[in-house]
Amino acid sequence: MSKLTVPVGAHDHVSGPADAPVTLVEYGDYECPYCGEAYPLLKAVQHALGDNLRFVFRNFPLTEMHPHALHAAELAEAAAAEGKFWEAHDMLYENQEALADQDLARYAHALGLPNTAFGEAVSGRYDAKIESDFSSGVRSGVNGTPCLFINGVRYDGPRDYDTLVALLTQLAGES
Amino acid sequence: MSDTPALLAAGTPAPDFELPSTPDQRVSLSSLRGQPVILAFYPADWSPVCGDQMALYNQILPEFRRAGAQLLGISVDGVWCHAAFAQDRKLHFPLLADFEPKGEVARRFGVYREQDGICERALFVIDAAGTIAWRHVSPLGINPGADGILDALDKLAAHPTGERP
Repeated sequence: MSKLTVPVGAHDHVSGPADAPVTLVEYGDYECPYCGEAYPLLKAVQHALGDNLRFVFRNFPLTEMHPHALHAAELAEAAAAEGKFWEAHDMLYENQEALADQDLARYAHALGLPNTAFGEAVSGRYDAKIESDFSSGVRSGVNGTPCLFINGVRYDGPRDYDTLVALLTQLAGES
Repeated sequence: MSDTPALLAAGTPAPDFELPSTPDQRVSLSSLRGQPVILAFYPADWSPVCGDQMALYNQILPEFRRAGAQLLGISVDGVWCHAAFAQDRKLHFPLLADFEPKGEVARRFGVYREQDGICERALFVIDAAGTIAWRHVSPLGINPGADGILDALDKLAAHPTGERP
């Protein structure tokens, strides 16, 4: 059973209360179609669980397969520096078909990031953070994207709404 | 139908083999002595989970290389199928064709599924002297990730050949 080797901490992008009984960590790639499919589903799961869930996103760009994944992750990290990570995360998944550099530059503008932010990001300003996410994922047994960890344990079960909500609700009740 | 040998355990010498990696090249295990070798048996080219597993390992190649290890993918698919798959997924490591006699190498490692005609999703880390240091068989539909491989390579780096506790 693969387990999260790096606990959720201050370096992470977190949505939901710090003391929520259930923590769901996603390792994701902005260009991965399966992550794109999971995006509305995980939103709905978050909504259903409310304050019982803390949701965390970590970068796992498969750059050999997805040529735009790294720049997309860099944009999201640049947005995070302005306190706008989740706006960027959502914008990227909602516009997954358009992730070329000129699209990303447009999103940076729409997010109200400083003019130089995107350029600095694609020059590698946040790459250490992205690589550290990736490496923690590899060491934790990430086996493709999206990869979910529920309370620190890799989840290999079905990823449909009913199953996930039932499982997470049960875990919230047990704690 | 021949008897399928039991799954080879850690501490066992890895049986040598030579398989085609391209239509005109062959790779033998013994030629890779002196460095750790990762053998990744997988059921088939093109099936979605396998694709993810090989794509993942492709992405992690720099980490394997840092450990001085050579990664080899193995399935019963033929060389032309492997070539098309590797090109499509931009894979930068050899895929070996355990094609004729079909599944012979998988059978020797104890990871051939006679009933399905494919190999298990099985990982072997072989040390520089050719001994199996670690192995893992995953459920067919579950991509095992790379954490087990990297942990095994770490242990090899800490205790090189012959000094394993």
